[in-house]
Amino acid sequence: MALFKKNFISRFFSLIPLLILFFLAFSETDFNFEKLNFLSFNLIYVVIFYWVLKNPDILGYGFIFLAGIVNDVVIGLPIGVSSITYLVLAGFAAYVRYLTVEPSLIYDWIVFVPSIAVTNSVYFYILRIFFDIEVNYIALTVNTSVTILLYPIIGILFNLLSKIIIMRKNV
Amino acid sequence: MVTSRDDFSIAIRSAFLKKGTKQKFSLLALIIASIILLSFEAINSKSLNFVRSAIKDVIYRTSFILSMPGNSITSVSIKVQNYFEVYEQYEIVKSKLQQLENQKNQINYLKMENDKLKKVIDDTDVYNYESIITKVLVDKKSPFLKSVILNKGFDSGLKKGMPVLDGPYFVGRITEVNYLSSRALLINDLNSKIPVLIEPMGYQAIMSGTGDKPALLEFLPKNHQLEVGSLVYTSGTDGIFFPGIPIGRVELIEKKFHIKFFSDLSQLYLVNVITSKPIGSEQ
Repeated sequence: MALFKKNFISRFFSLIPLLILFFLAFSETDFNFEKLNFLSFNLIYVVIFYWVLKNPDILGYGFIFLAGIVNDVVIGLPIGVSSITYLVLAGFAAYVRYLTVEPSLIYDWIVFVPSIAVTNSVYFYILRIFFDIEVNYIALTVNTSVTILLYPIIGILFNLLSKIIIMRKNV
Repeated sequence: MVTSRDDFSIAIRSAFLKKGTKQKFSLLALIIASIILLSFEAINSKSLNFVRSAIKDVIYRTSFILSMPGNSITSVSIKVQNYFEVYEQYEIVKSKLQQLENQKNQINYLKMENDKLKKVIDDTDVYNYESIITKVLVDKKSPFLKSVILNKGFDSGLKKGMPVLDGPYFVGRITEVNYLSSRALLINDLNSKIPVLIEPMGYQAIMSGTGDKPALLEFLPKNHQLEVGSLVYTSGTDGIFFPGIPIGRVELIEKKFHIKFFSDLSQLYLVNVITSKPIGSEQ
Protein backbone atom coordinates (compact mmCIF):
# COMPACT_ATOMS: atom_id res chain seq x y z
CA MET A 1 0.00 0.00 0.00
CA ALA A 2 2.82 2.37 0.96
CA LEU A 3 4.67 1.48 -2.24
CA PHE A 4 1.54 2.09 -4.29
CA LYS A 5 1.05 5.50 -2.61
CA LYS A 6 4.68 6.41 -3.22
CA ASN A 7 4.45 5.42 -6.89
CA PHE A 8 1.16 7.27 -7.33
CA ILE A 9 2.49 10.55 -5.89
CA SER A 10 5.71 10.26 -7.91
CA ARG A 11 3.69 9.57 -11.09
CA PHE A 12 1.32 12.47 -10.36
CA PHE A 13 4.17 14.98 -10.12
CA SER A 14 5.69 13.66 -13.36
CA LEU A 15 2.32 14.15 -15.07
CA ILE A 16 1.96 17.82 -14.08
CA PRO A 17 3.74 19.27 -17.18
CA LEU A 18 1.61 17.07 -19.46
CA LEU A 19 -1.58 18.08 -17.61
CA ILE A 20 -0.63 21.77 -17.92
CA LEU A 21 0.03 21.33 -21.66
CA PHE A 22 -3.33 19.70 -22.37
CA PHE A 23 -5.24 21.96 -20.01
CA LEU A 24 -3.88 25.00 -21.86
CA ALA A 25 -4.58 23.46 -25.26
CA PHE A 26 -8.14 22.42 -24.39
CA SER A 27 -9.37 25.15 -22.12
CA GLU A 28 -10.18 28.77 -22.66
CA THR A 29 -7.93 29.60 -19.74
CA ASP A 30 -5.12 31.23 -21.60
CA PHE A 31 -3.00 34.27 -20.97
CA ASN A 32 -4.48 36.90 -23.24
CA PHE A 33 -5.91 39.70 -21.18
CA GLU A 34 -8.61 41.74 -22.86
CA LYS A 35 -7.67 45.03 -21.22
CA LEU A 36 -3.94 44.33 -20.89
CA ASN A 37 -2.91 43.36 -24.40
CA PHE A 38 0.75 43.83 -23.61
CA LEU A 39 0.53 41.00 -21.08
CA SER A 40 -0.48 38.30 -23.56
CA PHE A 41 1.96 35.40 -23.54
CA ASN A 42 2.16 31.81 -24.71
CA LEU A 43 2.66 29.46 -21.77
CA ILE A 44 2.48 26.37 -24.02
CA TYR A 45 5.75 27.40 -25.71
CA VAL A 46 7.48 27.74 -22.35
CA VAL A 47 6.14 24.36 -21.17
CA ILE A 48 7.30 22.60 -24.34
CA PHE A 49 10.72 24.25 -24.52
CA TYR A 50 11.52 23.83 -20.85
CA TRP A 51 10.50 20.18 -20.49
CA VAL A 52 11.92 18.93 -23.80
CA LEU A 53 15.17 20.62 -22.83
CA LYS A 54 15.28 19.41 -19.25
CA ASN A 55 13.47 16.10 -19.22
CA PRO A 56 12.08 14.88 -22.56
CA ASP A 57 10.73 11.69 -21.01
CA ILE A 58 8.13 13.73 -19.13
CA LEU A 59 6.71 15.43 -22.22
CA GLY A 60 6.57 12.97 -25.14
CA TYR A 61 6.69 14.28 -28.72
CA GLY A 62 3.46 12.40 -29.47
CA PHE A 63 1.66 14.35 -26.76
CA ILE A 64 3.07 17.63 -28.08
CA PHE A 65 1.74 16.70 -31.53
CA LEU A 66 -1.71 15.90 -30.07
CA ALA A 67 -1.78 19.13 -28.03
CA GLY A 68 -1.09 21.02 -31.26
CA ILE A 69 -4.05 19.40 -32.98
CA VAL A 70 -6.32 20.20 -30.03
CA ASN A 71 -5.13 23.81 -29.99
CA ASP A 72 -5.78 24.15 -33.74
CA VAL A 73 -9.33 22.84 -33.39
CA VAL A 74 -10.11 25.08 -30.40
CA ILE A 75 -8.65 28.22 -31.98
CA GLY A 76 -10.01 27.42 -35.44
CA LEU A 77 -6.75 27.13 -37.36
CA PRO A 78 -6.07 24.57 -40.10
CA ILE A 79 -5.30 21.29 -38.31
CA GLY A 80 -1.54 20.74 -38.13
CA VAL A 81 -0.27 24.33 -37.88
CA SER A 82 0.24 24.35 -34.12
CA SER A 83 1.60 20.78 -34.21
CA ILE A 84 4.34 21.85 -36.62
CA THR A 85 5.22 24.96 -34.62
CA TYR A 86 5.29 23.05 -31.32
CA LEU A 87 7.44 20.31 -32.84
CA VAL A 88 9.84 22.84 -34.37
CA LEU A 89 10.24 24.41 -30.92
CA ALA A 90 10.70 20.93 -29.41
CA GLY A 91 13.34 20.30 -32.13
CA PHE A 92 15.25 23.41 -31.06
CA ALA A 93 15.08 22.33 -27.42
CA ALA A 94 16.24 18.80 -28.25
CA TYR A 95 19.09 20.18 -30.39
CA VAL A 96 20.25 22.44 -27.56
CA ARG A 97 20.00 19.56 -25.11
CA TYR A 98 22.40 17.48 -27.21
CA LEU A 99 24.89 20.37 -27.43
CA THR A 100 24.74 21.65 -23.85
CA VAL A 101 27.33 20.42 -21.43
CA GLU A 102 26.48 22.61 -18.45
CA PRO A 103 22.83 23.65 -18.47
CA SER A 104 21.77 26.90 -16.80
CA LEU A 105 18.57 28.92 -16.81
CA ILE A 106 20.28 31.99 -18.30
CA TYR A 107 21.77 29.94 -21.17
CA ASP A 108 18.37 28.30 -21.81
CA TRP A 109 16.76 31.74 -21.82
CA ILE A 110 19.24 33.05 -24.41
CA VAL A 111 18.62 30.03 -26.65
CA PHE A 112 14.88 30.40 -26.18
CA VAL A 113 14.97 33.77 -27.98
CA PRO A 114 15.99 32.52 -31.48
CA SER A 115 13.95 29.32 -30.98
CA ILE A 116 10.68 31.15 -30.34
CA ALA A 117 11.46 33.71 -33.07
CA VAL A 118 11.91 30.96 -35.68
CA THR A 119 8.90 29.02 -34.36
CA ASN A 120 6.59 32.03 -34.57
CA SER A 121 7.94 32.86 -38.03
CA VAL A 122 7.04 29.33 -39.16
CA TYR A 123 3.57 29.80 -37.64
CA PHE A 124 3.10 33.17 -39.30
CA TYR A 125 4.31 32.06 -42.75
CA ILE A 126 2.22 28.86 -42.80
CA LEU A 127 -0.94 30.84 -42.01
CA ARG A 128 -0.13 33.75 -44.31
CA ILE A 129 1.35 31.99 -47.35
CA PHE A 130 -0.36 28.59 -47.46
CA PHE A 131 -3.77 29.47 -46.01
CA ASP A 132 -4.03 33.22 -46.65
CA ILE A 133 -5.16 33.85 -43.06
CA GLU A 134 -4.36 37.33 -41.80
CA VAL A 135 -2.53 37.36 -38.49
CA ASN A 136 -2.08 40.43 -36.32
CA TYR A 137 1.72 40.45 -36.39
CA ILE A 138 1.96 43.23 -33.80
CA ALA A 139 -0.01 41.13 -31.32
CA LEU A 140 2.16 38.14 -32.27
CA THR A 141 5.35 40.16 -31.67
CA VAL A 142 4.07 41.43 -28.32
CA ASN A 143 3.07 37.89 -27.36
CA THR A 144 6.52 36.58 -28.35
CA SER A 145 8.36 39.33 -26.44
CA VAL A 146 6.34 38.86 -23.24
CA THR A 147 6.79 35.07 -23.48
CA ILE A 148 10.56 35.60 -23.76
CA LEU A 149 10.58 38.01 -20.81
CA LEU A 150 8.58 35.68 -18.59
CA TYR A 151 10.61 32.56 -19.43
CA PRO A 152 13.04 32.87 -16.47
CA ILE A 153 10.22 33.36 -13.93
CA ILE A 154 8.28 30.36 -15.19
CA GLY A 155 11.60 28.51 -15.55
CA ILE A 156 12.30 29.00 -11.82
CA LEU A 157 8.88 27.53 -10.97
CA PHE A 158 9.50 24.60 -13.31
CA ASN A 159 12.95 24.11 -11.76
CA LEU A 160 11.19 23.64 -8.42
CA LEU A 161 8.78 21.15 -9.94
CA SER A 162 11.66 19.34 -11.62
CA LYS A 163 13.45 19.05 -8.27
CA ILE A 164 10.28 17.68 -6.64
CA ILE A 165 9.91 15.10 -9.43
CA ILE A 166 13.52 13.93 -9.02
CA MET A 167 13.17 13.92 -5.23
CA ARG A 168 9.97 11.87 -5.38
CA LYS A 169 11.58 9.37 -7.72
CA ASN A 170 14.49 8.88 -5.35
CA VAL A 171 12.35 8.48 -2.22
CA MET B 1 36.32 22.97 -37.73
CA VAL B 2 35.43 19.58 -39.13
CA THR B 3 34.71 18.38 -35.62
CA SER B 4 32.35 21.30 -34.90
CA ARG B 5 30.48 20.65 -38.15
CA ASP B 6 30.25 16.99 -37.15
CA ASP B 7 28.94 17.97 -33.72
CA PHE B 8 26.35 20.15 -35.38
CA SER B 9 25.11 17.41 -37.72
CA ILE B 10 25.16 14.80 -34.95
CA ALA B 11 23.10 17.10 -32.70
CA ILE B 12 20.61 17.79 -35.51
CA ARG B 13 20.33 14.09 -36.31
CA SER B 14 19.94 13.16 -32.64
CA ALA B 15 17.31 15.85 -32.07
CA PHE B 16 15.13 15.03 -35.05
CA LEU B 17 15.67 11.33 -35.69
CA LYS B 18 16.51 9.76 -32.35
CA LYS B 19 13.73 8.52 -30.10
CA GLY B 20 14.21 8.93 -26.35
CA THR B 21 13.86 6.04 -23.92
CA LYS B 22 10.16 6.72 -23.42
CA GLN B 23 9.46 8.34 -26.80
CA LYS B 24 7.42 6.36 -29.31
CA PHE B 25 7.93 8.67 -32.28
CA SER B 26 10.82 10.70 -33.60
CA LEU B 27 10.39 14.46 -34.07
CA LEU B 28 10.85 14.20 -37.84
CA ALA B 29 8.13 11.55 -38.15
CA LEU B 30 5.68 13.76 -36.26
CA ILE B 31 6.58 16.87 -38.27
CA ILE B 32 5.89 14.87 -41.47
CA ALA B 33 2.59 13.68 -39.93
CA SER B 34 1.67 17.33 -39.21
CA ILE B 35 2.45 18.32 -42.81
CA ILE B 36 0.27 15.45 -44.08
CA LEU B 37 -2.55 16.61 -41.77
CA LEU B 38 -2.16 20.16 -43.08
CA SER B 39 -2.37 18.97 -46.68
CA PHE B 40 -5.63 17.15 -45.80
CA GLU B 41 -7.10 20.61 -45.08
CA ALA B 42 -7.11 21.26 -48.82
CA ILE B 43 -9.05 18.04 -49.58
CA ASN B 44 -12.82 18.40 -49.37
CA SER B 45 -14.26 14.87 -49.40
CA LYS B 46 -17.45 13.84 -47.63
CA SER B 47 -15.90 11.09 -45.49
CA LEU B 48 -12.97 13.30 -44.50
CA ASN B 49 -15.32 16.13 -43.54
CA PHE B 50 -17.35 13.70 -41.42
CA VAL B 51 -14.25 12.56 -39.51
CA ARG B 52 -13.08 16.17 -39.15
CA SER B 53 -16.47 17.27 -37.86
CA ALA B 54 -16.64 14.38 -35.35
CA ILE B 55 -13.15 15.17 -34.00
CA LYS B 56 -14.03 18.85 -33.69
CA ASP B 57 -17.30 18.10 -31.87
CA VAL B 58 -15.48 15.95 -29.31
CA ILE B 59 -12.72 18.53 -28.78
CA TYR B 60 -15.20 21.44 -28.47
CA ARG B 61 -17.24 19.61 -25.83
CA THR B 62 -14.11 18.65 -23.89
CA SER B 63 -12.85 22.21 -24.16
CA PHE B 64 -16.19 23.49 -22.86
CA ILE B 65 -16.04 21.19 -19.83
CA LEU B 66 -12.41 22.06 -19.07
CA SER B 67 -13.13 25.78 -19.42
CA MET B 68 -15.89 25.68 -16.80
CA PRO B 69 -13.72 26.34 -13.70
CA GLY B 70 -11.88 29.21 -15.39
CA ASN B 71 -15.11 30.69 -16.71
CA SER B 72 -16.84 30.55 -13.34
CA ILE B 73 -13.91 32.41 -11.72
CA THR B 74 -14.12 35.05 -14.47
CA SER B 75 -17.88 35.43 -14.07
CA VAL B 76 -17.53 35.86 -10.28
CA SER B 77 -14.88 38.57 -10.77
CA ILE B 78 -17.11 40.32 -13.33
CA LYS B 79 -20.04 40.17 -10.88
CA VAL B 80 -17.92 41.72 -8.11
CA GLN B 81 -16.68 44.42 -10.47
CA ASN B 82 -20.25 45.11 -11.62
CA TYR B 83 -21.40 45.44 -8.03
CA PHE B 84 -18.93 48.25 -7.42
CA GLU B 85 -19.96 50.05 -10.59
CA VAL B 86 -23.70 49.86 -9.92
CA TYR B 87 -24.21 53.28 -8.33
CA GLU B 88 -22.11 55.09 -10.91
CA GLN B 89 -24.06 53.40 -13.68
CA TYR B 90 -27.37 54.15 -11.97
CA GLU B 91 -26.74 57.89 -12.20
CA ILE B 92 -25.82 57.66 -15.88
CA VAL B 93 -28.78 55.42 -16.64
CA LYS B 94 -31.16 57.81 -14.85
CA SER B 95 -30.18 60.74 -17.04
CA LYS B 96 -30.22 58.57 -20.18
CA LEU B 97 -33.67 57.26 -19.31
CA GLN B 98 -35.01 60.76 -19.34
CA GLN B 99 -33.53 61.34 -22.79
CA LEU B 100 -34.88 58.02 -24.02
CA GLU B 101 -38.38 58.80 -22.79
CA ASN B 102 -38.36 61.86 -25.01
CA GLN B 103 -36.90 59.93 -27.94
CA LYS B 104 -39.43 57.12 -27.48
CA ASN B 105 -42.32 59.48 -28.03
CA GLN B 106 -40.67 60.73 -31.19
CA ILE B 107 -39.95 57.18 -32.40
CA ASN B 108 -43.54 56.06 -31.79
CA TYR B 109 -44.76 58.86 -33.94
CA LEU B 110 -42.22 58.07 -36.69
CA LYS B 111 -43.04 54.34 -36.52
CA MET B 112 -46.72 54.98 -37.03
CA GLU B 113 -45.95 57.26 -39.90
CA ASN B 114 -43.54 54.69 -41.37
CA ASP B 115 -46.13 51.88 -41.14
CA LYS B 116 -48.64 54.04 -42.95
CA LEU B 117 -46.14 54.84 -45.69
CA LYS B 118 -45.12 51.19 -46.02
CA LYS B 119 -48.71 50.20 -46.60
CA VAL B 120 -48.88 52.82 -49.28
CA ILE B 121 -45.85 51.53 -51.20
CA ASP B 122 -46.72 47.86 -50.42
CA ASP B 123 -43.24 47.08 -49.13
CA THR B 124 -42.29 43.70 -47.64
CA ASP B 125 -40.84 43.55 -44.17
CA VAL B 126 -37.07 43.14 -44.45
CA TYR B 127 -36.78 42.05 -40.83
CA ASN B 128 -39.04 39.05 -41.32
CA TYR B 129 -36.45 36.38 -40.70
CA GLU B 130 -36.21 33.11 -38.82
CA SER B 131 -33.47 32.61 -36.29
CA ILE B 132 -32.06 30.05 -33.87
CA ILE B 133 -30.80 30.94 -30.42
CA THR B 134 -27.41 29.37 -29.71
CA LYS B 135 -25.07 29.44 -26.77
CA VAL B 136 -21.40 30.35 -27.00
CA LEU B 137 -19.57 27.18 -25.97
CA VAL B 138 -16.00 28.38 -26.19
CA ASP B 139 -14.62 31.88 -26.61
CA LYS B 140 -10.87 31.48 -26.88
CA LYS B 141 -9.85 35.10 -26.57
CA SER B 142 -6.93 34.80 -28.93
CA PRO B 143 -5.05 38.02 -29.71
CA PHE B 144 -4.73 36.90 -33.36
CA LEU B 145 -8.04 35.34 -34.35
CA LYS B 146 -11.47 36.42 -33.22
CA SER B 147 -14.08 33.69 -33.33
CA VAL B 148 -16.46 31.82 -31.01
CA ILE B 149 -17.72 28.24 -30.98
CA LEU B 150 -21.50 27.82 -30.85
CA ASN B 151 -23.38 24.85 -29.42
CA LYS B 152 -25.46 24.14 -32.54
CA GLY B 153 -24.41 22.69 -35.87
CA PHE B 154 -25.95 21.37 -39.08
CA ASP B 155 -28.14 19.15 -36.93
CA SER B 156 -30.09 22.35 -36.10
CA GLY B 157 -30.03 23.68 -39.64
CA LEU B 158 -26.99 25.94 -39.40
CA LYS B 159 -25.06 26.59 -42.61
CA LYS B 160 -21.88 28.39 -43.58
CA GLY B 161 -22.31 32.13 -44.14
CA MET B 162 -25.35 32.60 -41.88
CA PRO B 163 -25.31 35.91 -39.99
CA VAL B 164 -24.92 35.91 -36.20
CA LEU B 165 -26.66 38.52 -34.04
CA ASP B 166 -26.22 39.55 -30.43
CA GLY B 167 -29.74 40.76 -29.65
CA PRO B 168 -30.53 43.08 -32.55
CA TYR B 169 -26.86 43.73 -33.40
CA PHE B 170 -24.78 42.05 -36.08
CA VAL B 171 -21.68 40.36 -34.60
CA GLY B 172 -20.40 37.86 -37.17
CA ARG B 173 -21.09 34.98 -39.51
CA ILE B 174 -20.83 31.20 -39.46
CA THR B 175 -17.60 29.97 -41.05
CA GLU B 176 -17.48 26.33 -40.01
CA VAL B 177 -20.31 23.90 -39.31
CA ASN B 178 -20.01 20.53 -37.58
CA TYR B 179 -22.80 18.14 -36.60
CA LEU B 180 -23.31 19.51 -33.08
CA SER B 181 -21.28 22.71 -33.11
CA SER B 182 -20.21 25.54 -35.34
CA ARG B 183 -17.75 28.43 -35.44
CA ALA B 184 -18.70 32.06 -35.92
CA LEU B 185 -16.09 34.49 -37.23
CA LEU B 186 -16.58 37.77 -35.39
CA ILE B 187 -16.66 41.12 -37.19
CA ASN B 188 -13.51 42.32 -35.42
CA ASP B 189 -11.41 39.48 -36.89
CA LEU B 190 -8.73 40.56 -39.37
CA ASN B 191 -10.25 38.27 -42.01
CA SER B 192 -13.76 39.72 -41.72
CA LYS B 193 -14.91 42.00 -44.58
CA ILE B 194 -18.59 43.03 -44.54
CA PRO B 195 -20.41 45.43 -46.92
CA VAL B 196 -22.10 48.14 -44.87
CA LEU B 197 -24.43 51.09 -45.26
CA ILE B 198 -23.79 54.32 -43.37
CA GLU B 199 -26.82 56.40 -42.44
CA PRO B 200 -28.06 59.11 -42.70
CA MET B 201 -25.67 59.80 -45.64
CA GLY B 202 -26.45 56.51 -47.36
CA TYR B 203 -22.78 55.74 -48.13
CA GLN B 204 -21.80 52.17 -49.00
CA ALA B 205 -18.46 50.87 -47.69
CA ILE B 206 -16.61 47.79 -46.53
CA MET B 207 -16.08 47.11 -42.85
CA SER B 208 -12.75 45.37 -42.15
CA GLY B 209 -11.94 43.81 -38.78
CA THR B 210 -8.74 44.99 -37.11
CA GLY B 211 -8.44 42.63 -34.15
CA ASP B 212 -8.77 44.50 -30.89
CA LYS B 213 -9.41 48.01 -32.22
CA PRO B 214 -12.80 49.12 -33.64
CA ALA B 215 -13.32 47.93 -37.25
CA LEU B 216 -12.03 50.05 -40.11
CA LEU B 217 -14.23 51.59 -42.81
CA GLU B 218 -12.75 51.05 -46.27
CA PHE B 219 -13.75 51.90 -49.85
CA LEU B 220 -15.78 54.95 -48.88
CA PRO B 221 -16.94 57.09 -51.81
CA LYS B 222 -14.55 59.80 -53.01
CA ASN B 223 -15.10 63.25 -51.46
CA HIS B 224 -17.36 61.79 -48.82
CA GLN B 225 -18.44 63.89 -45.88
CA LEU B 226 -18.75 61.22 -43.24
CA GLU B 227 -19.70 62.39 -39.78
CA VAL B 228 -18.67 60.91 -36.48
CA GLY B 229 -21.61 59.24 -34.78
CA SER B 230 -23.29 58.09 -38.01
CA LEU B 231 -24.98 54.72 -37.77
CA VAL B 232 -23.64 51.67 -39.58
CA TYR B 233 -25.89 48.85 -40.83
CA THR B 234 -25.40 45.76 -42.99
CA SER B 235 -26.05 46.80 -46.60
CA GLY B 236 -27.14 43.37 -47.80
CA THR B 237 -25.51 44.00 -51.19
CA ASP B 238 -23.67 40.67 -50.94
CA GLY B 239 -27.03 38.86 -50.93
CA ILE B 240 -25.97 36.90 -47.83
CA PHE B 241 -26.98 39.18 -44.99
CA PHE B 242 -30.25 40.97 -44.42
CA PRO B 243 -29.95 44.69 -45.04
CA GLY B 244 -30.39 47.09 -42.14
CA ILE B 245 -29.01 45.04 -39.25
CA PRO B 246 -27.37 47.58 -36.90
CA ILE B 247 -23.62 47.17 -36.32
CA GLY B 248 -22.27 50.29 -34.64
CA ARG B 249 -21.39 53.97 -34.83
CA VAL B 250 -18.71 55.76 -36.82
CA GLU B 251 -15.83 57.19 -34.86
CA LEU B 252 -12.58 58.87 -35.86
CA ILE B 253 -9.36 57.28 -34.64
CA GLU B 254 -5.99 58.52 -35.88
CA LYS B 255 -7.58 60.30 -38.84
CA LYS B 256 -9.27 57.10 -40.04
CA PHE B 257 -12.95 56.22 -39.81
CA HIS B 258 -13.67 53.25 -37.57
CA ILE B 259 -16.81 51.56 -36.31
CA LYS B 260 -17.46 51.22 -32.60
CA PHE B 261 -19.66 48.13 -32.25
CA PHE B 262 -22.96 48.30 -30.38
CA SER B 263 -22.30 44.83 -29.02
CA ASP B 264 -19.46 43.91 -26.65
CA LEU B 265 -17.83 41.09 -28.61
CA SER B 266 -15.87 39.86 -25.60
CA GLN B 267 -19.05 39.20 -23.62
CA LEU B 268 -21.09 37.10 -26.05
CA TYR B 269 -23.17 34.42 -24.35
CA LEU B 270 -26.43 33.79 -26.22
CA VAL B 271 -26.54 34.71 -29.89
CA ASN B 272 -29.10 34.45 -32.69
CA VAL B 273 -28.21 32.80 -35.98
CA ILE B 274 -30.45 33.92 -38.83
CA THR B 275 -31.41 30.79 -40.75
CA SER B 276 -33.61 32.28 -43.46
CA LYS B 277 -32.20 33.94 -46.56
CA PRO B 278 -32.81 37.58 -47.39
CA ILE B 279 -35.47 38.33 -49.98
CA GLY B 280 -34.13 38.04 -53.50
CA SER B 281 -30.91 36.26 -52.50
CA GLU B 282 -31.84 33.16 -54.52
CA GLN B 283 -31.62 35.23 -57.63
